Amino acid sequence: MKLVLEGNHAACYGALLARVEVVSAYPITPQTQIVEKLAEFCAEGRLKARFLEVESEHSALAACIGASQVGARAFTATSSQGLALMHELLHWAGAGRLPIVLVNVNRALAPPWTIYADQTDSLAQRDTGWMQVYCRSNQEVLDSVLLAYKVSEQVGLPTMLCLDAFLLSHTSEPVDLPDQALVDAFLPPYRPALALDLTSPHAFGGLVGSDVFMEIRHAAQAAMDGALGLIGKAGEEYRALTGRQHGLVETYRTEGAEILLVAMGTIATTAEAAVDELREAGIAAGLLRVRVFRPFPGDLVARCVGGARKMVVLDRNLSLGSGGILATELRAALVARGLAPEMWNYIAGIGGRDVTPATIAGACRQADAEETPGVGIRWLGLRV
Amino acid sequence: MRSMGIGYRAGPARARMTAIGHADIPREEYLSPGHLACQGCGAALAMRLLLKGLGSGTVLVVSASCWSVINGPWHASAVAVPFLHAAFETAASTAAGVSAAFAIRGIRAIVVAWAGDGGTFDIGFQALSGAAERGDDILYVCCDNEGYMNTGSQRSSATPLYAWTTTTPVPHGKRRPKKPILEIMAAHRIPYVATASVAHPEDFVAKVRRARAIEGTRFLHILAPCPPGWRILPEEMLQVARLAVSTGVFPLVEIKDGARVRITVMPKDIEPVAHYITVQGRFDHLTTDEIATIQSSVDAAWMALLARAGSSGSGGRQEG
Repeated sequence: MKLVLEGNHAACYGALLARVEVVSAYPITPQTQIVEKLAEFCAEGRLKARFLEVESEHSALAACIGASQVGARAFTATSSQGLALMHELLHWAGAGRLPIVLVNVNRALAPPWTIYADQTDSLAQRDTGWMQVYCRSNQEVLDSVLLAYKVSEQVGLPTMLCLDAFLLSHTSEPVDLPDQALVDAFLPPYRPALALDLTSPHAFGGLVGSDVFMEIRHAAQAAMDGALGLIGKAGEEYRALTGRQHGLVETYRTEGAEILLVAMGTIATTAEAAVDELREAGIAAGLLRVRVFRPFPGDLVARCVGGARKMVVLDRNLSLGSGGILATELRAALVARGLAPEMWNYIAGIGGRDVTPATIAGACRQADAEETPGVGIRWLGLRV
Repeated sequence: MRSMGIGYRAGPARARMTAIGHADIPREEYLSPGHLACQGCGAALAMRLLLKGLGSGTVLVVSASCWSVINGPWHASAVAVPFLHAAFETAASTAAGVSAAFAIRGIRAIVVAWAGDGGTFDIGFQALSGAAERGDDILYVCCDNEGYMNTGSQRSSATPLYAWTTTTPVPHGKRRPKKPILEIMAAHRIPYVATASVAHPEDFVAKVRRARAIEGTRFLHILAPCPPGWRILPEEMLQVARLAVSTGVFPLVEIKDGARVRITVMPKDIEPVAHYITVQGRFDHLTTDEIATIQSSVDAAWMALLARAGSSGSGGRQEG
């Protein structure tokens, strides 16, 4: 069945199809439609879940942690300030190995107050032990909720599913809803081996000395490593059922690319138009969209980079005092594998600044004309 | 001894609840020996009595507090029920999620949110108020040792006026009175709010049982003296707990639906607060004036309580 859905509602239909059991979320622009639609689904009885009208995002995630520890499928959604407020508990869910799915609408952090697209909010949480997925379409958002639970419940790690503020959250696109029966076959009920169980009492999260902490984190890292393969497998299984595949990365016209654009989220769609424009003009440009940021798909990224001598990395985020987070992760992954292409790191579109194919193409033309970027970041369309 | 200048009358004897004698406290232990509490710890006894009152079918959600440590390090657990450690602010919010999950699975479970006074009066208050406003089906237990004792006796808003703590040092001690948590929780109009004392186990267990049978948000405020934090000897803990009740400092009450107030243990003669204060090292520095100030406020609170109980409920058991 096809519906025309805004990104926020696509996330809701994903949660509905996933038969989530506990929803605990607090409204924040531009996520509010998620909270509202899920409240409606629950009130109508379409979604047989407990909906907790919590009083803050911190409590929202705490409730999800409690619910997930019982073995229920838990869901939440937030954005920017709300995600930041959850920070302590993001660590708790990650290291606590709880397969919660959180949909984050990427919005810039204050101050100054703003509600527009920016990925610093979720990228600033990259160390919390959550898998992270960045979507470019509402179809991908819906599909990714199902894929997220599938993989999360296999590895015992939560997933943060990201979509750009307004560009996806409030933009309507046609979305195909898979049949419930198909989804049920893909995503069975969640039944963890260890849970809060009245018949078998255990303590979760207790005190440790310095003798076992490292081993506990080592196990979580191993789970992250394992997730890379499982994400691929789940993607293949989903493609067999629906015809749609979502993997670790997506490439566009990268064959023989000499300048490789790299981006996450909707900016990738704009970058595709820039690639076409550049190819028309005889510049061998290509695009690598990183879809899964955690675990970081270093091997696959290195393969995709291939022989490209130049990379233009569009970072819709900023780590103050450092630079673009995507560029930093890319550089580390590539250098570790013996690759060191010249990398132009552009801070682009933060705080919702519009990014056009022309500005992206301009940045590539600049990279084409220069031997080396030198050290430091550049700013796309900065007005000073 | 009579208190200074004020006589107390017991309230009218009406509708007495069934008294729970010693024989009615279950023998079964849910707390095993070997836990990590200090000698004479009020919190250990509180948990022991709570679990006796609740029995199996109970899930504990415990936020950062002494009990995060008392339960023992991985891979041991001192209690015979499922136990979920939770972040400091989140006893009520985590428990709300646990409760929702059991409910959606159709499993009947008594979900306890256990927090210290820090995790209740201060950093955990938002979550508690939120849960109470929603009426989440949890039994919230505040184990109050009147300070952040797990981290070495810093003040909380539950610390009494003038008390020494490491962050309210002598000579002034704590400059503000204890936050009136019971009034605050009663004002949320939740079905059941009560105080309990580790020195009054029958009253304690009876309240736990009543709370257990009620659906919605229930709040139990337990005074659990802390020997290191209160500067008393371990063997003095129970006597100090008794004095808190017999001097009127910590009345044993229950409040239903925010309005029906009942005093469940009525001291025959209220002792002077000095009996309670002068046996604790954390009050060593108090002047006579300060003790008199405390006496006045205890008197005023007690009179107000009697008035509320008189107009809404019955008197309770007499205690000599």
